Amino acid sequence: MKSRLKVLRAERDWSQQDLADALGVSRQSVNAIETGKYDPSLPLAFRIADLFALPIEAIFIKDN
Amino acid sequence: MARYKSPAVRSYLIRLFVLMSIYMVTLFAAVTLFKSHAVSGVPAYALAILPALPVIGVFWAVMRFLVEEPDEFMRMLLVRQCLVATGFCLAIMTVWEFLQNFDMVPLGNGGFGAAFFWFMGLGVGALYNKLTLGTTGGSCL
Repeated sequence: MKSRLKVLRAERDWSQQDLADALGVSRQSVNAIETGKYDPSLPLAFRIADLFALPIEAIFIKDN
Repeated sequence: MARYKSPAVRSYLIRLFVLMSIYMVTLFAAVTLFKSHAVSGVPAYALAILPALPVIGVFWAVMRFLVEEPDEFMRMLLVRQCLVATGFCLAIMTVWEFLQNFDMVPLGNGGFGAAFFWFMGLGVGALYNKLTLGTTGGSCL
């Protein structure tokens, strides 16, 4: 699954660690999600969506 | 770069330190007492098993770590690491067993039992995570 997480984070001038702290996860988690190596669980995807005040589908794009 | 350290990591490291300390003491006591032929019968069985208990405790500590770790990505890395370790250990022990069955290697394991290869497998699992996901998660396992 692709995500716009890196772009959204960059728009806010946040580091991976800033985002990780805001989500209560490790920096490695943020990096893995950004690089598409890990798909977050639904609860974490909702937490990310809430943080950016966007719907989940505006952040995560399914692979075709 | 900050190394990830959740309260679960700290709990695991404390448990590991305590259990390994108990292991060293019980192993030293068992070796000393058996060398001096100070025990026999049922107490000897109990003494022989004694060093195994803290090792079993480490398995428990690893499982508690899996349960208590709040970060889902870190949990996934740990699960993968444990699965690789289990496969590695079973593969080594199975090959070894067949070599012994056909008298290709001597009986006994020279102190390198299943636990040793499982812990070694955790290292292989960490390497597997690094190669496939680009991180070991700063794993302390």
